Amino acid sequence: MNIPQDLLFTKTHEWVKKTEDGTVLVGLTDYAQSELGDLVFVNLPMEGDSVEAEESFADVESVKAVSDVNSPVTGTVVAVNDEVVNTPALINETPYDAWLVEVGEIEDTEELMNADEYAAFLETL
Amino acid sequence: MKLIFERGEEGQFLSILPKCDVPVTKLPEKLKRAGAPHLPHVSENELSRHYSTLAKAVHGVNDGFYPLGSCTMKYNPKINEQVSALPGFTGVHPLQDDSTVQGSLEVLYDIEKALCAITGMDALTLQPAAGAHGEFTGLMLIKSYLRSKGQADVRKKIIVPDSAHGTNPASAAMCDFTIVNIPSAPDGCVDLDALKAAVGPDTAGLMLTNPNTVGVFDKNILEITKIVHDAGGLCYYDGANLNAVMGVVRPGDMGFDCIHLNLHKTFSTPHGGGGPGSGPVGCKAFLADFLPGVRVTRTAKGAYKSGSAKKHFGEVKAFGGNFLVVVRALAYILTLGKEGIPEASKNAVLNANYMQACLKEDYDLAFNVYCMHEFVLTLDRLHKETGVSALDLAKGLLDRGIHPPTMYFPLIVHEALMIEPTETEPKEMLDSVIAAFKELKKVAYENPQALHDAPLHTPVRRLDDVRAARTPVLRYKFS
Repeated sequence: MNIPQDLLFTKTHEWVKKTEDGTVLVGLTDYAQSELGDLVFVNLPMEGDSVEAEESFADVESVKAVSDVNSPVTGTVVAVNDEVVNTPALINETPYDAWLVEVGEIEDTEELMNADEYAAFLETL
Repeated sequence: MKLIFERGEEGQFLSILPKCDVPVTKLPEKLKRAGAPHLPHVSENELSRHYSTLAKAVHGVNDGFYPLGSCTMKYNPKINEQVSALPGFTGVHPLQDDSTVQGSLEVLYDIEKALCAITGMDALTLQPAAGAHGEFTGLMLIKSYLRSKGQADVRKKIIVPDSAHGTNPASAAMCDFTIVNIPSAPDGCVDLDALKAAVGPDTAGLMLTNPNTVGVFDKNILEITKIVHDAGGLCYYDGANLNAVMGVVRPGDMGFDCIHLNLHKTFSTPHGGGGPGSGPVGCKAFLADFLPGVRVTRTAKGAYKSGSAKKHFGEVKAFGGNFLVVVRALAYILTLGKEGIPEASKNAVLNANYMQACLKEDYDLAFNVYCMHEFVLTLDRLHKETGVSALDLAKGLLDRGIHPPTMYFPLIVHEALMIEPTETEPKEMLDSVIAAFKELKKVAYENPQALHDAPLHTPVRRLDDVRAARTPVLRYKFS
């Protein structure tokens, strides 16, 4: 299972990447995509929408099921990745490049795990 | 296979039509279509072959085992078909005067009484056309009630366990409720602490199946409905799993205020492509005034009268719903009777437990308890050790003439296969399916590639489900 060292992770299998501008990119982990199976639809919020930590902000549909994606932070969506909306398979192919949204104006962050902690967490599942 | 439009050729046609016995009228030019309609050009023989080919390409209960968990694919007795085909039922129109359709009204009246007796409800509408349609109707009842109490703007939240059918939160969203998902306890039942934490002055209600989605009867049900009632919310029973308990325990006695039933599951009317379905909604007396659809009453002289509820919230389908489906269900209920209804449920539970007991040595149970009418296997370990997934195993079953169980549901179980044999399968069938499962496990360890390649013997091999979801071809395009 691929778990990059430079990212942070949630218990609901989102990854978080801090950018230099103080925003974060949010995506789904390799574990999440392998559990979901082939993704066919991705519903993302709009730019300017506010998101709340540990609350659902998007949903993804695979051939198996529709699943919520939770936001790791409270803030405002500053950019949306249209590429994954058009080609959901990108999440299966390169989960750590296929970011879903960029969130700015961050007010709150849920407790996040580093790569080692996330790897240990996956062992418990 | 060829589609009907790809068979035959210009000039072939069906049979010789009788002479026209009414005067021929010319259509005004403006009403005429611009081009000839696309009709198939086939002889009767070719048409007959077309349908035979279609029939051979599908798998139904009449073809073999069909253990689709949570769907109750039981045998549909032929007597139901005979009864619903009686001209007195097929030749009526819903706008006929009551005095000319007394028999049909009696059917609506009798089945309402029977279904209320089975479920412990006081009134019932037969209008909804399927389960999710029933959920929508039931939630609209709750909404109408809250409105009448002036609480609809405050009580906006519907609580749904994470093991619920996906239609539950979807129906709640359709009715403009906010959905609160609560996690299940490790045994698959409702986590009472999570429920207590979730209820409050904003609670509109709870949606629940019992037995639940993993085939376990929630023993805390009285406490669960009390917690919701104490908070001022209502309790909705999703009747998807009623086949485990009909005539044994009643949702009304468990504390539920309204319910839907799936006649096409529990009451043996055709299911799936053979539909249409029927999802009647029952309720306690305090909700009855809001029911949609035809309400049939019986006068002191024994005549049946159609009408509608006083404060009904509208119509969810035309007239009395899918009436001929209702006729089939009544035929089923009357055939089984008071003794047969609980016996059917008990045999459904027995069959499921027999299969579970025979398979638990070879496969991991998601929940190692006595099950109700269905049980869930988790192929997580098999997948890790052999690379064979629940999907691969399901494809292997197809090659053995068995319809796969429900896959990857409930979502809280990894690599789930959810098996519901129903009461209408004899032991020989169960034994042959158990043998197939055991053999497939051996194949998974000895030659996993064989299952990655399955199915080999079906009309089509493995389908591209991603493309089917993203770019479905939904209609034939004429060249």
